[in-house]
Amino acid sequence: MRVATRLFITGGAALLLGAVPFGSDHAFAADPSAVASAPRILSIGGDITEILYDLGQQDKLVAVDTTSQYPADALKNKKSVGYMRALSAEGVLSVNPTLIIASEEAGPPEVVSALKSSGVRYIAIDDKPTADGVPVKIRHVGNLVGADNAAQALAAKIETEFAALKAARKDIKTRKKVLFILAIQNGRATVAGAGTAADSIMQLAGADNAAVGVSGYKPVSDEQLTEFAPEAVVVMRRGESDQHKAEQALTIAGLRQSPAAKTNSLVEMDGLYLLGFGPRAPSAARDLMKAIYPEAGQAATMP
Amino acid sequence: MTIADSKLKSATVTPSRPSRSSVFIALTALLFFVALLSLAIGPTGISLHALPRALAAYLGYASDSAAERDRLVLIDLRLPRTLLAAFVGAALATSGAMMQGLFRNPLADPGLIGVSSGAALAAIATIVLGHGIAASLIWPLGIYALPLAAFVGGLITTLILVAIAGRHGQLAVGTLLLAGIAVGALAGSISGFIAYASDDRELRDLTLWSMGSLSGASWQKVFAVTPFALAIGLIIPRLTRGLNGFLLGEAEALHLGIDTEQIKRLTIATTAAAVGAAVAVAGVIGFVGLVVPHVMRLISGPDNRIVLPGSALLGAILVMVADMIARMAVRPAELPIGIVLALIGAPVFLHLVLRRGMGGWE
Repeated sequence: MRVATRLFITGGAALLLGAVPFGSDHAFAADPSAVASAPRILSIGGDITEILYDLGQQDKLVAVDTTSQYPADALKNKKSVGYMRALSAEGVLSVNPTLIIASEEAGPPEVVSALKSSGVRYIAIDDKPTADGVPVKIRHVGNLVGADNAAQALAAKIETEFAALKAARKDIKTRKKVLFILAIQNGRATVAGAGTAADSIMQLAGADNAAVGVSGYKPVSDEQLTEFAPEAVVVMRRGESDQHKAEQALTIAGLRQSPAAKTNSLVEMDGLYLLGFGPRAPSAARDLMKAIYPEAGQAATMP
Repeated sequence: MTIADSKLKSATVTPSRPSRSSVFIALTALLFFVALLSLAIGPTGISLHALPRALAAYLGYASDSAAERDRLVLIDLRLPRTLLAAFVGAALATSGAMMQGLFRNPLADPGLIGVSSGAALAAIATIVLGHGIAASLIWPLGIYALPLAAFVGGLITTLILVAIAGRHGQLAVGTLLLAGIAVGALAGSISGFIAYASDDRELRDLTLWSMGSLSGASWQKVFAVTPFALAIGLIIPRLTRGLNGFLLGEAEALHLGIDTEQIKRLTIATTAAAVGAAVAVAGVIGFVGLVVPHVMRLISGPDNRIVLPGSALLGAILVMVADMIARMAVRPAELPIGIVLALIGAPVFLHLVLRRGMGGWE
């Protein structure tokens, strides 16, 4: 019986030690209705967080998910409930939200359905990466947080920017074939094909996707890369340390002979800025357009 | 007492080894203690003293929002989670013990009979094709699609293997092992192809699923695994003596009067069902099936009458503890439980091996 006794005593001691801190640890708001006067928003989705900041709602924001990388303040100063597709129901409830604004992509589905039944207001936001989707998203979020006017103004501004972008696209005489490289691993490029946010932003910038035959983000062979023959290459930057990596893009075998390499047309842009499809989408598309068509002055004016 | 049993006793019982009842009492006490702790700990800070209020809300005697919230956290989130963790741990650990006994190999784990690879293949197909060609088939099943697919996938793979290994009327354990490796590789390659064809988001879902999690626990899942838990509990006691015979070798077991065919088929069927159900509710959770039976053998020796039920208890304890860490370590976010299990389990296991040897396998 020695082992049994020993385990039992250790266990009992651990229970006593454990029960004290866990019992009284940061008590969960006893009455959720008491905090209803000051809304506590949880944002799940980088674009939603960005919109909330743009609408000046950051003080009501108590927590975000890990995709909320912009503005940097969000992940630094707010609690993080983890990756948007691996949420924990109790974790989310522990930040005491009164309103959860989540991307439709949030998951896992069991957690989302538990949250919906928790009495906390849970709103799913449609997030299609299109020019039409952004203003719709902004108005929806604005309406939820009672910032209709600010949302209206922001959405209208973005619609104007997209309209100007559309006009600028008409001025492009010869559209360029552009290859979007998500990452280079072991000298092999992962490119953005049809149906991706990268494909959308390239079209908005007035470029044709060189890898349109591929669907989704896929690693492709050098031989396939020669086939694409892009006239410009866009490389995603993830941080400052990545810079020298971007320059390798045009030196990989499949791109060395490409028109892009001959004209040294390499564009390097922040991935989040480019693919986030938040309020910064029009200016990201505009910047991309300028970078792809540097010779034309048509993209120089911004409304 | 059969010859096998007495031989085991004389060969393995050392003075420092605890008796069977003391091991069970200690493990059961620890199990209840850990289960209580798992109910009491969570990122919201709601503790057991809220239990009466939560119960009142559950039974309809209280309906204020605070009581409703206590009920949600304690009864709808933590209780099913704790029960599922216990089931998953017990199912995986006993399956591992049965496989190691059947194959007489310390490296055997439930993956050997194809359940895990088949379940993974079906799950991956569901995640990726759920948005594509099979959407109309998968969407109506809603949140049950993935667990259902994983379970059926695991079972089908095992049936194929049993058909291959049993084509001469008898189940050839060696063929089962080799065919299991081949079929596992095949399923892995198809999974790899589907993963290659998946998009960014699906790939992240796949990765997360393959690291396991209990955050999707619900009462529906608890009810779904209950029949499996009961079946395992009923079948295990019938297998212990037979598997003890297998310790000496299949031919020797046959000479001892053990119906080896029945033992083999029952062991494989139980393992396939148990692992299939565990993978279905929690994704892939490695390590438990391989390591827990070893730890049990180090504690109690190779007698399956202790190793099998002991593994169930210890497996349940280990997964519950790992799940508590998974939900608390990075709160309010959550870690995949596979990471936690390997992180706490591997060093402990290494320590045990270095200190106490291989538990009779060397």
